[in-house]
Order: sequence, then structure tokens, then C-alpha cells
Amino acid sequence: MTEAVFYVFAACAVATASMCVLSRSAMSAVLWLTATMLSLAALYVLLGAEFVAAIQVLVYAGAVMVLFLFVVMLLNLGHPTTDMRGPAAMAATVVIAGLLAIQLFALWSYSPDRLAAEIAQAPEFSDPASLFAAGQATRDDAVARGVVGAVAAPLFEVYLVPFEITSILLLTAIVGAVVLAKRKI
Amino acid sequence: MTDGMALLGPALGLSAILFSLGVAGVLLRRNVIVLFVCIELMLNAVNLTFVALAQLHGASGQVMVFFVMTVAAAEAAVGLAIILAIFRHKQSVDLQNINLLRG
Repeated sequence: MTEAVFYVFAACAVATASMCVLSRSAMSAVLWLTATMLSLAALYVLLGAEFVAAIQVLVYAGAVMVLFLFVVMLLNLGHPTTDMRGPAAMAATVVIAGLLAIQLFALWSYSPDRLAAEIAQAPEFSDPASLFAAGQATRDDAVARGVVGAVAAPLFEVYLVPFEITSILLLTAIVGAVVLAKRKI
Repeated sequence: MTDGMALLGPALGLSAILFSLGVAGVLLRRNVIVLFVCIELMLNAVNLTFVALAQLHGASGQVMVFFVMTVAAAEAAVGLAIILAIFRHKQSVDLQNINLLRG
């Protein structure tokens, strides 16, 4: 059952992402990407990351995409004309993106067992003690403390310094956006 | 092992497809806004990888997704402000018309 739902939303994500790349107007590209993000949120729920799914809908599909829509409407681009590159660039795109897709698509055959075997063969790449015991611990944690608590614990303990640095990044982004968008400083 | 675990491979494959679509969009389109949208698509594909592997490696992967989202939001805000400034200057968002650095 879970697999069937997964493949439905995966097909949705691929279809909407293709429409996003191929659609003529910037407006419909943004709206198609919003649909992709909502399908991805559904996939996150299936993969056991309920809190990330909620944030994906609220922050990504809600806030970031609204920012894009505001800019598209503000620019008032008029009737969309095609903005695809020429045939040479199109051929290069097919070759580059196709090769990339073929290489990365080998990941499809990965299973937890195969991953564990590969990590066990090359222990220098990973802490062997973390051979997937952490995932089980997280699930127990989620049962004990709730979905949000399981994510919040590492965020505010292990990753506290990066979390605080993030605030500086956001402040810089706010100041930068205001300075860039202002007509006269 | 939950049923989500069996989906590790398909989830990684799906993120590969989405990432390649994003790359194709960046190479194919000339509209700066659509270019930006494709970059967001690539970031989302990477997020899917993080979430898929977080099933095995613990909640650290999900924490990384939050950092990626933060960086993406900051990047979108600054990038769209730059696009606005360029549009005010050039009256166009087509990369063909934005070639000041070409000499």
C-alpha cells in the first residue's frame, strides 16, 4: 500500500517538474514547481519525516513560492514568448542531463542492506558504530517524544552553532535584499 | 524496519530524476526567473535524498533539510532582488539581453 502511494506521488513529482521545466510562462513554471513541492511533502510523510513535510508545505510551498509569484507579478512580463535556447544548446542539454540522470539513476537499486554492506567494506567513510542503529533510535525517540521532539533534540544540541549561524545568514539576506531592491539608498 | 525503508532505492532514484530535470532546465531556458525555479527544483531533489537516508542514519539528515531550506530562502530573497534590479535597468529578464560581462 505504501509503495503504491509512493509511486503515485513520485509520478506526480516527475510530471509536474517536467511541466515546470517545459512551460512557457514564468508564472506557470512557478505554479508547477509548487505542485512538485506538495508531492514531495507527501513523499516525506511516507519516508517518516512528518515534521519536514509540514515545514515543506509551510515554508517552501507557502513562503518561498509566494515570493517568486510576487516577483513574477511585479515584473509584469506580458505575453510569454518562448525562451528556449537554440537546437545546439538543446542537444547539449539532452546529452548532459541524460548522462547525469543515467549515472545517478543507478541509485534506484540501493537497499538498506546493500548500503550497510558497502559501508562495512569501507569503514573509513563512515563511523561503523552508526551502522543504522541511529535510525532505529530516532524512531524510538519519535515514539517517546513526538515527531517534532525527535528532530528538535539534535537541532538544539549537536547542531546548535550552525543553527545560530543561520540567523546571521538570514539577517544578511534581509539587508541584502532591501539594499538591492531599493531604488535609491 | 518500517515499510518506508523498502523505498530507499526508489526515493534516491526519484531525486536523481528531479535533479537532472533541474539541470536540464538551467541549461535549456533563458528566462532568469525560470532558471531560479529550476535551481529550487535541484535543492528539493537533494532534500529528498537527505530525508530518504535519514531513515537509516538518524534525525541528523532531517536537520540538514532545515539548513538547506534556510539557505534556499535566503538565496531566493537576494536573487529575486537582483533580478528586480536588473529588470529595472534592462527592462528584460532574458539572459540574451544581460551580457554586460561579455566585453
